[in-house]
Amino acid sequence: MDWLVEFPHMNDDSLRALKKTIDEGFRGFTRSHGDTIEALFSPLKFFLIHSERIMVEAPWPIVTAVILAIAWIGSRSWRIVLGCLVTLLAIGFFGMWEDTMRTISMIFVCTLLAVVIGIPIGILMSRSERFRRVMNPILDVMQTMPSFVYLIPVVMLLGIGKVPGLIAVVIYAIPPMIRLTDLGIRLVDKDVLEAADAFGSSNWQKLTKVQLPLALPTVMAGINQTIMMALAMVVVASMIGVQGLGQPVLKAIANQYFTLGLFNGFAIVGIAIMFDRVSQAYGKRLQQHREVTHG
Amino acid sequence: MADRAAGGIQIRNLYKIFGSDPQAYIDAVKAGMTKAELNEKHGHILGLRDINIEIPSGTIQVIMGLSGSGKSTLIRHINRLIDPTAGEVLVDGTDVVKMTEAELLSFRRQQTGMVFQKFALLPHRNVLDNTLYGLEVRGIDRQKGIDTAMRWLDRVGLKGFEQKYPNQLSGGMQQRVGLARALANDAPVLLMDEAYSALDPLIRTDMQTMLLELQKELHKTVVFITHDLDEALRLGDQIAILRDGEIIQQGSSQDIVLRPADDYVANFVKEVNRGRFIHVDAVMAPFSGSAGPDDQPAIPAEATIEEAARVVMAHPAGSATVRGKDGKAIGVVSLRDLTAAMVKAEPVATR
Repeated sequence: MDWLVEFPHMNDDSLRALKKTIDEGFRGFTRSHGDTIEALFSPLKFFLIHSERIMVEAPWPIVTAVILAIAWIGSRSWRIVLGCLVTLLAIGFFGMWEDTMRTISMIFVCTLLAVVIGIPIGILMSRSERFRRVMNPILDVMQTMPSFVYLIPVVMLLGIGKVPGLIAVVIYAIPPMIRLTDLGIRLVDKDVLEAADAFGSSNWQKLTKVQLPLALPTVMAGINQTIMMALAMVVVASMIGVQGLGQPVLKAIANQYFTLGLFNGFAIVGIAIMFDRVSQAYGKRLQQHREVTHG
Repeated sequence: MADRAAGGIQIRNLYKIFGSDPQAYIDAVKAGMTKAELNEKHGHILGLRDINIEIPSGTIQVIMGLSGSGKSTLIRHINRLIDPTAGEVLVDGTDVVKMTEAELLSFRRQQTGMVFQKFALLPHRNVLDNTLYGLEVRGIDRQKGIDTAMRWLDRVGLKGFEQKYPNQLSGGMQQRVGLARALANDAPVLLMDEAYSALDPLIRTDMQTMLLELQKELHKTVVFITHDLDEALRLGDQIAILRDGEIIQQGSSQDIVLRPADDYVANFVKEVNRGRFIHVDAVMAPFSGSAGPDDQPAIPAEATIEEAARVVMAHPAGSATVRGKDGKAIGVVSLRDLTAAMVKAEPVATR
């Protein structure tokens, strides 16, 4: 009755052999193709380094002014701009300016990448039921798989640094971008689509003139979610060498520096709220002409 | 045989079955399987059965029926928003059903304009950009498009509203935008799918008047769907009545009012103001040679009974001479004839 008490599993030797074979297979792949793949990602690395350099080396009043200008253009609300100013000043005053700039630069590049990859995938999902069925479980895996697990092969391939960090963050943060693009396009009013058809719109015209503009508020919600999730990954990414606010937090965990952890944690929360309020206000502004009703 | 003038439409033996495998049942339906049997035994819905309509170029064809009668399905076959299961739809002699994807796009861009029950305006575009949508899709230069769109907005009475967004407008105004958008295309065929059904009665009458006025100079081939008999009788040069996916009667307003094909139609026309749709030549006593008395007014043969009654009442003679298109006297009509026809006191003589 052994099999009732203990789950009948593969015998230990073959299990070990299986793991070893896969590991060695991947290691072999890394050895033979690692350089090629690294070269493939080098434009990304270039982009990352330069964006970070601009953020860190530019004088802080200019950076502050630019961020506030973006906040104003996005939200058209003095309250939000003032909130951003206070947050930035507090971060600078508590000596976290440089790390914050690194993090903002990283989040910016991650979000950009997630948008550039995510929107086309979302569009494809909205058009093809079959592609959607394939993508859904993949997105589930991306969202639920502990990020450390996919950090292993990424680090094996690309080593430690910014690019593997970027990939890890994008994998984690891109699913809402894809899902909400798909959803936004699917939610477009059937009557309006029929009208577009009746006037002889080609598929491309329908997409660019009707579906995407009408899906934009939902897509904006996706971008907002992506930014939030990317920020949540900052600490994990710091484990593989991404500089920024995550590293002091990591140090604080290792050495039990409560205040250091708290300050940097709050800085992350601060920029999260900044990003969130500005992007939400922008999304809301996009829908303005839908909310105004006559009468 | 076929009407080759621009925008003439012929629909021939058109069938539509909704379901997973419509082709499997088309022969059975053609052989006479009923809608109920098809639904219960095979789970397919019969949308349209053997529709045949000839719409001459430049006329208004009304298709009338209650909800579920298949009228909206039928109009969508004309620009192939819905593919038929069997049959032909000829516009200008070309079968829409056989068009390739590219031909269909160009057909929709050049030959048809459509107005929708729920307006279906683009909420993210202002009135002007909505109106020039069709022109933009065709790739027409924006400045030219704006000129055309502004002209049509002016025609439908929306001058000054170009920069508004659809939801800042009332229903009637939104549908004016819908109409301007369809007209801006300058297409010979205008499809109107319950275009006025969502509007309140006063605005609806206004919009009907506007359509009739526009039609006087545009001479488009208009297919107008409605569930409202008064609207059908007012607008239609020809009317087709649809029930359960089949046409049960086709004809002019007068035909429908005077000679309903069955109880279903008779029930519809019961409450109608007959005086507005029956023409005097249907109720007059034809002349037998001699010219009528000189001291009575003359009425054109295509005048309605109501108009004739107004003329006769105003004149002491108590009767009127009916003149044909060439101006020749063709009959005489008395106040008694007119009243009898209006209240349906006795069977009316057919022409």
